[in-house]
Amino acid sequence: MSGITIRNIRKSFGATRVLHDVSLSIADGEFLTLLGPSGCGKSTLLRILAGLEVQDTGSIEIGGRVVDGVRPKRRDVAMVFQSYALYPHMSVAANIALPLRMRRLSRAQRLPLIGRWLPGSGPVISGIEMEVSRTAEALGIAHLLNRKPGQLSGGQRQRVAVGRAMVRHPAVFLMDEPLSNLDAKLRVQMRTEIKDLHRRLGVTFVYVTHDQAEAMTLSDRVVVMRDGEMLQVAPPQEIYADPNDIRVAEFLGSPKINMVDATMREPGLVDLAGSALSVACEIAPGSKFTVGIRPEAFQFAEHSGPGVITGSVRMVEHMGSDLFVYFDPSGLEQPLIARLSAERTHIVAGQTLHVSVRSDQLLVFDRDGRRVRARDVSSAHSSTPAREWAR
Amino acid sequence: MSAIRLSPAAAILRHGVLVLTSAFILVPFVWMVSLSLKSPGEIFRATFSVLPAQFYGVDNYAKAITSVPLPRYMGNGLLVCALILAAQILVCAPAAYALAKLKFWGRDFIFAMVLVGLLLPHQVLSLPLFILCYKLDILNTYLALVIPYVVSPFGIFLFRQFFKKIPNDIVHAARLDGLCELAIVWKIMVPMALPAVIAFSIFSVVAHWNDLFWPLIAVRDGNLMPAPLGIMAFKNEEAGNDYGPLMAASTLVVAPLLIAFLAAQKWFVEGMTGGSVK
Ligand SMILES: Nc1ncnc2c1ncn2[C@@H]1O[C@H](COP(=O)(O)OP(=O)(O)OP(=O)(O)O)[C@@H](O)[C@H]1O
Ligand SMILES: [Mg+2]
Repeated sequence: MSGITIRNIRKSFGATRVLHDVSLSIADGEFLTLLGPSGCGKSTLLRILAGLEVQDTGSIEIGGRVVDGVRPKRRDVAMVFQSYALYPHMSVAANIALPLRMRRLSRAQRLPLIGRWLPGSGPVISGIEMEVSRTAEALGIAHLLNRKPGQLSGGQRQRVAVGRAMVRHPAVFLMDEPLSNLDAKLRVQMRTEIKDLHRRLGVTFVYVTHDQAEAMTLSDRVVVMRDGEMLQVAPPQEIYADPNDIRVAEFLGSPKINMVDATMREPGLVDLAGSALSVACEIAPGSKFTVGIRPEAFQFAEHSGPGVITGSVRMVEHMGSDLFVYFDPSGLEQPLIARLSAERTHIVAGQTLHVSVRSDQLLVFDRDGRRVRARDVSSAHSSTPAREWAR
Repeated sequence: MSAIRLSPAAAILRHGVLVLTSAFILVPFVWMVSLSLKSPGEIFRATFSVLPAQFYGVDNYAKAITSVPLPRYMGNGLLVCALILAAQILVCAPAAYALAKLKFWGRDFIFAMVLVGLLLPHQVLSLPLFILCYKLDILNTYLALVIPYVVSPFGIFLFRQFFKKIPNDIVHAARLDGLCELAIVWKIMVPMALPAVIAFSIFSVVAHWNDLFWPLIAVRDGNLMPAPLGIMAFKNEEAGNDYGPLMAASTLVVAPLLIAFLAAQKWFVEGMTGGSVK
């Protein structure tokens, strides 16, 4: 039992407010990702969870126990740091063993040289050594145990950091961008290893990243953060397909979602990029709003017609199986990006392109950037703050 | 650095300057060693040669060791230096850690006071310290030689600069791993700042091994005197003119320092130039 409940956490450093009223509840065994741009307060939230930083207001519960004011080592959490934070003067084995030594050996037994020969310490120390080598085995670093961290590659250091965290079987794993210092290939590999680790250990993971691919592939739920606020908390597919907020929609997806200003012509019909598209939501005619269209929502069309957007192609990027087509519909300053299958179509710069969009793929946002959902009459409802989305 | 090749003229000039300055510093030592090997008659001869005409070293050194308790003085020096160094590190490391990594009210003010302490020459404090030692009734004991040096502003400053460069994440990791603050100091910070600790140790030992001023004030008992004070006593006892044994004694006193410095030179340079913590 080690779910986490975060209630109304606020935190400022001097005049800068870093976290504004963050509330969230994380289920036991869940893999939750905090996703957001640099400086939005992800690490700060993680450090507050670990007890390394003290919140200004609010409270934290871990495993049903309020841990405010409880020292980091008594919270039963382990953390993997972005910089790995290995102890450079200790061997890999000593790095991994340290949390166990601190917990299982008495002060006297930890003394260098003589501690080993004190009554009772022998079996404990050999137990620790066994667990260290088992952990190292599991992470594939058993052959590195006698090296110093300075003699390891980035990926190996990352594994040592994970080993040091998992060796004491914490109830909660906190990971602060553990893969951000690795090259692209290794990052993908470590991603699957972390997913495996979560499956094997079955404990709660809180994972910080600003890499959406990591968030999408690893998480049970994703928290999208911006400027110390949680914009949306939902499973990855939902975050992508059904964003709550224009900033969430814009943060996720590559290439970026197209954002187009539009006007409601009559109920159910919207003026957009020079054509009339049908939308399912009921907004008062004449009002202005923003429509988000994912690049892959566009479909190639042979002719212009109702519900079809037409523009001249500015640029085509070949991405193997897909084409990214930048085209300029009439009346828009920015080009739109469409992601089209490369097999069926042959498109060159300068030609005229017709594309259609299904009405349920249009993401409608009001002037404040909040999502207006299909048949969502009351805009009051759609303006629910993110925290009510938190379970 | 080696990428820059100097023109021959510049190289000669540069080496000339280096040779000249090092000669300036080394000549007195060479002279000292040279005198320690000469007979009394030769010392006062008008001509000077580095090597003795007649090797008198054995007599001089034997006299230096036997006529006054030089080993005793050096033992005193060793004991006092060791006590001072141990106490200094014991005090400086936790203080520097607090100043570098903990947040508390008045921290910056305290650090400013450390900097002020750094600027004050120790001699300025000798009168108050003498009175303090008198009131504590420790004058003429080993304690009187140690206590005034226990808190070293220089050590606190040096360690703090080094500790500051150690990433906060390491401290955080250590807290999560269950280390208490003192354990973080001794198990993580001090080992990581080892070059600074060694550099500081050399400074401290050199300063206190050679210190004459304070021991002159604080102790009168010949059994407690450290080496430089002992040499002075030597001079007095031998009526001042027996330079050969005196120089032999001085050479013996300086030798341990030279050996220690040469052995630890690598760390010394690293510690002083900093930037070695990655
Ligand atoms: N100890 C501190 N003192 C002052 N300001 C801080 C401190 N720690 C963090 N901040 C500020 O708080 C904000 C959030 O920092 P935080 O480290 O939580 O960001 P982050 O989301 O983890 O970013 P990144 O992805 O770059 O790691 C930043 O603006 C940062 O400058
Ligand atoms: Mg961070």
